[in-house]
Amino acid sequence: MTWEIVIGLEVHTQLSTNTKIFSGASTAYGAESNTQADAVSIALPGVLPVLNKGAVERAIKFGLAVGAHIAPRSVFARKNYFYPDLPKGYQISQFDLPVVGPGALTILVEPLSGNAKPYEKVVRITRAHLEEDAGKSVHGDSQGVTGVDLNRAGTPLLEIVSEPDMCSASEAVAYAKALHSLVRWIGICDGNMQEGSFRCDVNVSVRRPGEPLGTRREIKNLNSFKFMQQAIDYEVQWQIDTIENGGKIHQATVLFNPDTGETRAMRSKEDAHDYRYFPDPDLLPLDISEKWKEQIRATLPELPQAKRGRYIGEFALNEYDANILTSSREMADFFDAAVDCLPSQPKLIANWIMGEISALLARDKLEIGNCPVSAVWLAGLLTRVSDNTINVKTAKEILDGAWGRNQLFAKLIQAQASIDAEIESKGLKQVSDSGAIEKIVDEIIAANADKVAEYRSGKDKLFGFFVGLAMKASKGKANPAQLNDILKKKLAG
Amino acid sequence: MTLTNADVQKVARLARLAMDEAEIESARSQLTGIFNLIAEMQAVDTKGIAPMSHAQDLSQRLREDVVTETNQRELFQSIAPQVEAGLYLVPQVIE
Amino acid sequence: MFNSSLYQLGGALRAKKISSVELTQLYLERITALNPELNAYITLNPEISLAQAREADARIASGNAAALTGIPVAQKDIFCAKGWRTTCGSKMLHNFISPYDAHVIAQFNQAGAVNLGKTNMDEFAMGSSNETSYFGPVKNPWDKARVPGGSSGGTAAAVAARLCAAATGTDTGGSIRQPAALCGISGLKPTYGVCSRYGMIAFASSLDQAGPMGRSAEDLALMMNVMAGFDERDSTSLQRDKEDYARNLSKPLHGLRIGLPKEFFAEGLGSDVALAIEAAIAEYKKLGATIVDISLPNSKLSVPVYYVLAPAEASSNLSRFDGVRYGYRAPEYTDLADMYEKSRAQGFGAEVKRRIMIGTYVLSHGYYDAYYLQAQKIRRLIAQDFTEAYKQCDVIMGPTSPSTAFKLGEKGDDPVQMYLSDIYTIAVNLAGLPGMSIPCGFGDNNMPVGLQIIGNYFDEARMLNVAHQYQLATDWHSRAPQVL
Repeated sequence: MTWEIVIGLEVHTQLSTNTKIFSGASTAYGAESNTQADAVSIALPGVLPVLNKGAVERAIKFGLAVGAHIAPRSVFARKNYFYPDLPKGYQISQFDLPVVGPGALTILVEPLSGNAKPYEKVVRITRAHLEEDAGKSVHGDSQGVTGVDLNRAGTPLLEIVSEPDMCSASEAVAYAKALHSLVRWIGICDGNMQEGSFRCDVNVSVRRPGEPLGTRREIKNLNSFKFMQQAIDYEVQWQIDTIENGGKIHQATVLFNPDTGETRAMRSKEDAHDYRYFPDPDLLPLDISEKWKEQIRATLPELPQAKRGRYIGEFALNEYDANILTSSREMADFFDAAVDCLPSQPKLIANWIMGEISALLARDKLEIGNCPVSAVWLAGLLTRVSDNTINVKTAKEILDGAWGRNQLFAKLIQAQASIDAEIESKGLKQVSDSGAIEKIVDEIIAANADKVAEYRSGKDKLFGFFVGLAMKASKGKANPAQLNDILKKKLAG
Repeated sequence: MTLTNADVQKVARLARLAMDEAEIESARSQLTGIFNLIAEMQAVDTKGIAPMSHAQDLSQRLREDVVTETNQRELFQSIAPQVEAGLYLVPQVIE
Repeated sequence: MFNSSLYQLGGALRAKKISSVELTQLYLERITALNPELNAYITLNPEISLAQAREADARIASGNAAALTGIPVAQKDIFCAKGWRTTCGSKMLHNFISPYDAHVIAQFNQAGAVNLGKTNMDEFAMGSSNETSYFGPVKNPWDKARVPGGSSGGTAAAVAARLCAAATGTDTGGSIRQPAALCGISGLKPTYGVCSRYGMIAFASSLDQAGPMGRSAEDLALMMNVMAGFDERDSTSLQRDKEDYARNLSKPLHGLRIGLPKEFFAEGLGSDVALAIEAAIAEYKKLGATIVDISLPNSKLSVPVYYVLAPAEASSNLSRFDGVRYGYRAPEYTDLADMYEKSRAQGFGAEVKRRIMIGTYVLSHGYYDAYYLQAQKIRRLIAQDFTEAYKQCDVIMGPTSPSTAFKLGEKGDDPVQMYLSDIYTIAVNLAGLPGMSIPCGFGDNNMPVGLQIIGNYFDEARMLNVAHQYQLATDWHSRAPQVL
């Protein structure tokens, strides 16, 4: 008998503000313990919260990016519980009136199994709300005590809650990846998962087809896509095994242990579910005007999905290329910048980015964001390929050489001048003078009479041999197409 | 309304207040008195009335995203019950 | 000197008839003599006070003195003052030296006033008699067997006994007005949001408001000029133009319409208090005012509504006192939960714990709608009553408290009786309106009676005018208890 898997995600994204959500303390990562824990962060008696505009702007940006309803009025509420990393004894969050209402995100799922094809899926977003992060508990050397660092306390979070629309670990991971890419794309979160900027809680349940939803367990704080995949796989199997062995699933919060690959229930808090939410009397309702919303909309970059469509429609790229080129904002920006300089050659540019550039980046373990040659420089190089000044082979050599010298030109005219100067000084121009090529071909034919005879008697494979010799004789600069034509003609006799 | 000692105990636990049997009993009788006072409220018809959370109907003012605070750890931790290496210390937290 | 108004003191200081250091020393000596009996102050810090006095003298000498420069003002121990122990009347904060200044404190510092000391109060401002203070009850200077009222009882007693020139209080359900009434002084709770709550230790955030307490309306106006004003650190602080609260003091009262809510004169009001109030109203008629009978039909619900909303907010506000970052931590505990529970059980007094319990209960799952939400809805009805009433009158008057000061221990173990003593003051906080109390005579046992004046939003200057004109015509406000 089969099982259906039902998965929903709650993702905590740390917003990339300079300061905390309710105070002017820095949110920079990695500071010495408690040096960024100001009076509000440590909840001194008498201190009060004031909302950070930057956090609200980022929330609105996200809402617009997923086509969600932006609440004209939303409310901050207190979620009350005691924990050492929660200095006020309550977390300021949003409860029944969140800033971002229902929206949706289209994801591209690449199934793990065999040769199943990638497919698109729309995941509904229930809501996204602003809240403050907690501090960190540090388990130090001293026996029996825990240290508390409140530097992170008060860092703005946008908690993005999805509907339980995913039905496999692959879909869950695809959704998380798409969200991760989107929040970085629109510049609201640095997406650094090691530093905890993007943390996923995954709700998992299983059921027989047609039956009501099963009891869910929540896997907390997954901070890598690999762990997410492993944790869901383990959890699903555990739930199925438990039920098939006659057991029952109890609602629980579980942690994933990357060392064992297993999930285990947290020590349950007896009163964990009575948070006594009520509107925070220290904060007034957050009003977002239509005007403000539209101002923010105007700052939104073209979103990945729209861009993907445009690449396919306008540039005639195939779906695979379009997906790769829109997999991150940096990648798309690189491509767009190159196309801006050389609008006639999007396909050529795409090929080079996904071919040579990607290979070199991979070799040197670099990201496109810190590529040693700029998009403008690449456009300059490919301009000379497309106008037949140099051939592809030469272009690759120029790129290899430039790679080690950081060619970061921002202006095409300068990049072009530099490339042209190199071509000129090293004599890299391809030879398109048919007389010169004919001369080379004649010499080769004369010097290799036996092979010519073999070729003429039907050994077509030898054509490559002649091309190689001719190229070598031209020091790699012969125009390949022209060379082919002339060779063919002359070999035919 | 009548509160049971178990109700009181549950609330005391939520509020993190240690109470012995005698304190629970006395809290129960006093809270019962107070809840009888509050019960007067229940009879009022409030259909269609919006709850009032604030004295003025205003909206939240926003702060520019600019760092204004400096490190005052030494001063703040000089009044802390237990600190070590810049950390506030508490009995071990078990997850 | 101890009976001089703030205007007179300021004049004497600027005329160099007395220095701020001399004046501060005089007050400190008087406090040393009288405070052991009255217990009006929790913390004195003569070193800091005198240092401020010296600075004030220098400022006066340089000709840059403001109205309150050099004048010794006492601060309710609910305001965080940098370098001062700030206890909020609680064992929980018995060792808390504040690392920062409340906005109100900073305003006084900027004005050059001298912080004379921190006054006693009900623990976390929860009480109407000052008996819940961890530092012992305050005695009423008119009769030391009686309470001074609360929660700003230390301030009220200090002002009445001339242990300071003026002082601050806070008012969540009557905590400025009721002790002012019981101690025979003047006190003003401004419109919610006029004085910043930053650095004022929170009791019930949506109701708390700081205000001045002094010997006359004129003094209160000068204090308000320092205390009021926008503060960007308090989201509920109102952005309004600076105003001079003394600007209307001398306006005549001709044509003033005084609303008398029938609910404030019903069953439960002491006959001695009623007589004094009636006499005060008669005086206002002489001053040219007309009387309008009004009704605040929902005001009778203000006590139940308050005892849902205030404890709910308080239960959450007081969660930060957990023995981790500051304040009291139990000496012995077995684990984290035990540390929390013991620190809080030992650090908080009975009334505070009671209110935390009420608040926790009404917010907990299954009761929220029936209690908290219902109370918030009735809160709106109560506020709407006032809006209606102000269509017919300019100010509302009535008693501040149903009785004069009761005996220490009299309301002992019955919290409900204690809560009912705030019956006339609470509705004002729920609506966020300004309210004040001024002395208007004496009741049984020769204890002072307070007249409550409730204004419309932002009408503080007019209320001070209304009070000042009465104080020009009468001398109740200048009567002093025989404390020695």
